[in-house]
Amino acid sequence: MSLIQVTNAAFRYDGKEVVSGLNFSVNDCDYLCIVGENGSGKSTLVKGLLGLKTPHSGTITLGEGLTARQIGYLPQQKESQRDFPASVQEVVLSGTLNSLGFLPFYTRAQKKNALLQIERVGLLPQKNAAYSELSGGQQQRVLLARALAATQKLLILDEPIASLDPVAAAEMYRLIEEINRNHGVTVIMVSHDPHAAAHEATSVLHLDNRQLFYGSSADYRKSEIGKRFLGGESR
Amino acid sequence: MIDVIREMLSYPFLVRALTVGLLVALCASLLGVSLVLKRFSMIGDGLSHVGFGALAIASVAGIAPLYLAIPVCIAASFLLLRMSESTRIKGDAAIAMLSAGALAIGVMVVSMTTGMNTDVYNYMFGSILSLSAADATLSIVLSGVVLVLFVLFYPRLFAVTFDESFSRATGIPTRAYNAALATLASVTVVLGMRMMGALLISSLIIFPVLTAMRIGKRYLSVTLLSAGVAIAGFLIGMLVSYVYEAPSGASIVCVNIVLFVLFAIAGAIKNAVTKK
Repeated sequence: MSLIQVTNAAFRYDGKEVVSGLNFSVNDCDYLCIVGENGSGKSTLVKGLLGLKTPHSGTITLGEGLTARQIGYLPQQKESQRDFPASVQEVVLSGTLNSLGFLPFYTRAQKKNALLQIERVGLLPQKNAAYSELSGGQQQRVLLARALAATQKLLILDEPIASLDPVAAAEMYRLIEEINRNHGVTVIMVSHDPHAAAHEATSVLHLDNRQLFYGSSADYRKSEIGKRFLGGESR
Repeated sequence: MIDVIREMLSYPFLVRALTVGLLVALCASLLGVSLVLKRFSMIGDGLSHVGFGALAIASVAGIAPLYLAIPVCIAASFLLLRMSESTRIKGDAAIAMLSAGALAIGVMVVSMTTGMNTDVYNYMFGSILSLSAADATLSIVLSGVVLVLFVLFYPRLFAVTFDESFSRATGIPTRAYNAALATLASVTVVLGMRMMGALLISSLIIFPVLTAMRIGKRYLSVTLLSAGVAIAGFLIGMLVSYVYEAPSGASIVCVNIVLFVLFAIAGAIKNAVTKK
């Protein structure tokens, strides 16, 4: 059984259909990239996958013992977050909240897990640094570590490289790939970046209020819709 | 100096006011960390005005002020929260409208019945004499509850304050937390209002955090510094108020302004040193 199975799903907002005809599945260790214009239904689908919005019709089934709370989520960063007073450790530790249960405070195991994730994104020397004093790329890596602290199986990344400079973006892609390949974490990434869809991910889902394409990224590069979206970039 | 403090402590009503005020200032500063960082500062201000309206009506109707003002403020806090979250109406403008409206209704009710008397003046600018022994007990119990809840929910409060989208995805009911935060803020505002005055109570929520953030860069240090600043500001303010026979609320706010400036200078120096 796959990790996520989406069958004929459609989502509505205020009675208006936002995205429909969704049929795809995500298997263990996949790296799926969801692409599409603004307002094409990407964020709505992410909410559906996280269990924050129920599909109006069709189903989303989580398999292999996965629950929506065990998904590591990297939301789009808000401007107000950038100068938030918090240390790297405090932020990453908050990722382990889903395993806190009814306990009021973090356990030693959770603190250890947080440190491990900080190490995985290469920020161990900065673990006590103030989040607000890090660069944009480093901040994004902190949020990636927080998402990793919440999951062992599946990461959902919403525009992880938006507002990053090319060097930081490349570093972020490298990290995501490493996490996917070497640590066996399934990745679903929402992106504007055609490069990500064609070259980083293993499969692609292209949305425009309905499902335009779903398949491997190699097929996507050859497809009509893929060629158009990738423009001069695909060869 | 010590003689003055000893003299202050010899008045039972002052001891009562100091105890309640200290607890309320502490609660306000802790809740303030979340409220200010979540951009909810205006809610505190709105609540104090609604509280004034409720107190004015209670005093006219002869109801014990706290028993009317606390539920009314809690109800108003939900409304204010909805307003600030709503993207359709301009949240900040709506809050300002509600504040002014509640204040005006309070003034109208009082002036048409008993007339503008010292009670109203006290609600506006605060008086430490207005606290009865029963009120003090209630205040101590409620602020105790606020403090205990704050400590028990500290990790979750951090998560909700830092990133609502992420918290929601991890299964934290963020709306419930916002509502709880607004409720606790209402209780704190009402309790502190009669000492600080409706026009000044929101400063207890806002000043200590902003002061703490001049120096603190981590959440825990900002929280602890904020509590420390609130306690220091309150005690020094009360001392100033006693020595110079000034209104307590205004004295506390003025001390807080001085603390803010001092922290801002210290923060600037700290930044300059670490950058070199």
